[in-house]
Amino acid sequence: MIAFRDRTARDQNLRLIVHTNREGIAAGVSPFGAGAAHYTDVMKTQALKQALNTHRFDLAFGGARRDEEASRAKERIFSFRTASHQWNPQKQRPELWNIYNGRIRPGESIRAFPLSNWTELDVWSYIAYERIPVVPLYFAKERPVVERQGMLLMVDDNRMPLAPGETPRLERVRFRTLGCYPLTAAIRSEATTLGAIIQELKIGTTSERQGRLIDFDQAGSMEFKKQEGYF
Amino acid sequence: MLGPFADDKSLLRIVTCGSVDDGKSTLMGRMLYDCRAVPDDHLTALERDSARVGTVPGGIDFALLLDGLQAEREQGITIDVAYRHFATPRRRFVVADTPGHEQYTRNMATGASTADAAILLIDARKRLLRQTLRHSHVIRLVGVQRVIVAVNKMDLVGFDEAVFREIERDYADFAAAIDLPYVQCVPISALQGDNVVHPSSRMPWYTGGALLALLEEVPVARQKDDGVFRFKVQYVNRPNSDFRGYCGTVISGRVRPGDLLRVHPDGHEVRVARVLSAAANGEDVPSAGAGESVTLTMETEVDIRRGHILAAADDAKLQVADQFSAHLIGLGERPLVPGRPYLLQMGPTIVGAQITDLKYQIDMNTRAHQAAKIVNMNEVAVCNLALDRSAAFLPFAAGHALGAFILADRETNDTVAAGTIDFTLRRATNVTWQPTTVDKGSRARLLAQKPCVVWLTGLSGAGKSTIADALEQKLHALGRASFILDGDNLRHGINRDLGFTEADRVENIRRVAEIAKLFVEAGLIVVVSLISPFRSERRMARELVGPDEFLEIYVDTPLEDCERRDAKGLYRKARAGLLPNFTGIGSPYEPPEAPDLVIDTTRTAPEQAAALIVERLAVGEC
Repeated sequence: MIAFRDRTARDQNLRLIVHTNREGIAAGVSPFGAGAAHYTDVMKTQALKQALNTHRFDLAFGGARRDEEASRAKERIFSFRTASHQWNPQKQRPELWNIYNGRIRPGESIRAFPLSNWTELDVWSYIAYERIPVVPLYFAKERPVVERQGMLLMVDDNRMPLAPGETPRLERVRFRTLGCYPLTAAIRSEATTLGAIIQELKIGTTSERQGRLIDFDQAGSMEFKKQEGYF
Repeated sequence: MLGPFADDKSLLRIVTCGSVDDGKSTLMGRMLYDCRAVPDDHLTALERDSARVGTVPGGIDFALLLDGLQAEREQGITIDVAYRHFATPRRRFVVADTPGHEQYTRNMATGASTADAAILLIDARKRLLRQTLRHSHVIRLVGVQRVIVAVNKMDLVGFDEAVFREIERDYADFAAAIDLPYVQCVPISALQGDNVVHPSSRMPWYTGGALLALLEEVPVARQKDDGVFRFKVQYVNRPNSDFRGYCGTVISGRVRPGDLLRVHPDGHEVRVARVLSAAANGEDVPSAGAGESVTLTMETEVDIRRGHILAAADDAKLQVADQFSAHLIGLGERPLVPGRPYLLQMGPTIVGAQITDLKYQIDMNTRAHQAAKIVNMNEVAVCNLALDRSAAFLPFAAGHALGAFILADRETNDTVAAGTIDFTLRRATNVTWQPTTVDKGSRARLLAQKPCVVWLTGLSGAGKSTIADALEQKLHALGRASFILDGDNLRHGINRDLGFTEADRVENIRRVAEIAKLFVEAGLIVVVSLISPFRSERRMARELVGPDEFLEIYVDTPLEDCERRDAKGLYRKARAGLLPNFTGIGSPYEPPEAPDLVIDTTRTAPEQAAALIVERLAVGEC
C-alpha cells in the first residue's frame, strides 16, 4: 500500500506529505492485542488532527461513502468541523441542491466527501472503466492467514503475535477495504480481476466494512470516532 | 457510448417525508429488507440493536436501519437525513430518509432538494396533519413535483377503503392548490409489509401497484434544457502564461468552437476557441452538452472569473439584475431580518445580499399570506432581495442551477436560508445614479479635512454620548466641521416609527449608516453614538461607508457599571420587565471582534477618550 502510494505520488508529480504521530510511537502503542481502539485513536484520529493543525488545511477530502455505515449515511458532502476538529451530527449545516457552503473561520475546517452518493459497486465499475491502478491487496491471492472470531487476519509481519496453537495457513483471500494492519480483515475470494470483483459484489450479501474490527467495538462506534475527528 | 457505471439502469432519487411517527424510517427499513438490500452483517447488527433499543417487542425494528445516530436510537426519532441505496431489477434508488419533527424541517429540505420524487407518509388514523402540509410545501419549494402518498397503518383501521379514499381526496385537493402536478396514492402497512414491495391480499379493493411498483414507474426529473447554452465558471485554469481555460459543467444547450458568448454580469462578448472535455481526457471535442464537465478557451483575452456565467450571446431569457423576488425558507437558529447583510451563494457565485422587503409569510396550514417582520427557522416567506452587485439569473421554474440560492450568516458562516427566484425586479435598471459635478473630494478640500465616521458602540449607559460630546468639542476647537448622530436623538425624528425588536434595530442602524454616509459625502467628520449591538450591522455600516473612512470604537463598560450608573433609569425598568428587548438584559450585545480602538471607561475619563480618538484620527495632519 505504501509502495503504491509513493509510486503514485512520483508518477503524478505530487507533493506528498506524510505525518506520523511520533508521540504514539514513543509511547509504544500497538495495533496488536487488546488496544485496537486506542491505537486507532492515537495513530489515525490524533495523527490526522496533528497534521491538519500543522499545515492549517482549510479542507480535507475523504473517500467515505454513505452506503458504508449508518452514521456515514448521515454525513453531508461538505461536512463542517470545529476548530478542535469535532463533528456535531445534530447540528449539521443544511445542504441544498448542489450548493456547498464552504465558508469557515480561522481554525475551522471542512471535510469534503465527493463520492458520498457512490456505492462500492460504482467505485469498482468506475475503476474498470477508467482503468485506474489499484493496490494489489484488493485482488485475491494465496496469503497466510489466521482466523479469529470469524475474521481472517493476514500474518505476513513478524510483529503479529500468534496465540498458542495458532498456525497461519494459506488461503485465497483479498481485502475489500484497506485500513490499518492488522485491524482490517480479509475475505475469502477468487476474484483476481476487476471483472471478477464486480461480479463478486453483485452477488455478495455482506457490506464492505464488515472487515473493519474497530467498527464493532461498540454500537455507534463510528459516530463516536467521527465526533472525535476520525475520517 | 458505454457509461462509466456498469449498471445502466435508471437512477431515481427519492425523499421520504410526513409527520413524526407516521412510520417513514420503518417503511424504508422494510423496503430495504424486502428488496434484500440489507447486507448480512448489517442485519446481524440490526437484530442486536432491535433487542437492545428497538420499539417492536420481540421483532425487528426496521427504523434502526436508518436511524444511525445514537441520539436517534435513544429517542426513537429521526434527527437528520440518511441516504441509502437499493436496487430492483428495473431501477436503482437513492432514498433520503428524513425527520418528521417540525424542528428538523431544515434537514428534510436538505434531503428533498436533490430528489426526483417524494414518498409522503400519512397515518391512516390521523389523516392530514400540520407536518403533512408543511412538508408538502417545503418539497414543492425546493423543486420536487412528483409525490407518492403512502397511507400507512391501514392495519390499524381494519383496511377500510373509505378511510383511504377520503385521505386520497383531501390530499388531491391540497396538491392542486399548491401546484403539485403528479400525485399517486397507495394504502400500506409498513410494519406488516402490505403493498410495500409485495401486493397485499388484505385490500382487494385497491387495484394499483404496490409502493415499489409505483416507484419503478415515476418519471425521473430531468434538468430542464431549453437548448440555449449556459455555463457557470467554476475555476479559471492558468497553468502557464500560454493557457487560460474556464472550467465548469454545462447547464443547458451545446457549445462549439466559434460560438459567440456573452459574459454575465459584465456583458461583454467573447468567441469560443476550444472545447476541452474531461470525459475525453482533456482533449478537444467538437461540442459539449448539458451535464458535461468542460474547459473552454476564448479567442480573445477577456476578464472572466469564477462565478461568472457564460451564455449564448442571443440568450433572451437570462436576466441580469441586482434585485429580485424570491421564496425563502428559514434554516438558521437566528431569524432572518430584513436589512441585515447576508452572503448569497449560487454555486460558485457569492455576493452580499439583503432582504429589502418581506412581503408576506405563508401559513402552511391555510396557505394564507400573513404579514411578518422576520422569518424564523422552518418558516416560508416571499421577499424582495437586493444584491451588492448584479448577477445573472433564471426563475427557479427553469431549473435550480440559475434559480436557487442559499443565504449564509456573515458572522457564523452558517447556512441560514434557502431561496428560489420567482422573478427579477426591473426597478433596479430603471433607477440610475445621477452624477454631480461637485463631489466628495472637492467638498472635503474646501473644508480642508478628511471626512470620516467615528462609530461609538457599547451598552446603554456606557458613556458613548458623553464621549461623543467631548470629542466634538475637541474637533470644533481644532476647526473641524463635524456632526453627532445620536441614537436616542434620531429616534425622536427619522426613526420615530421604529421599536426595539431585532428587525427594528437592524433598520435603525441601516438608516443611521445611510445618513452617516451622506454626511461623509458632505465632507464632515461624523460621530455616531449608537448601542448597535449586532456585529453584522456594524459590518454593514463599515462596508456602506467604506473601510478607509470608518473607525469602530468600542466603549467598553462592564454591564454592572452601566447598571449602577443607570442615568436614565432604564436598567431599573428592564429588570422590572418593563423593557423586554433591552440590550444586555433581554437582548444580547455582541462586542466587536476587531475594533479600531477600545475605550475602557473604568480607567479612561471622557476627556482622555476624546483625546485618544483625535490622536487616532490624526486630524492635525489633514
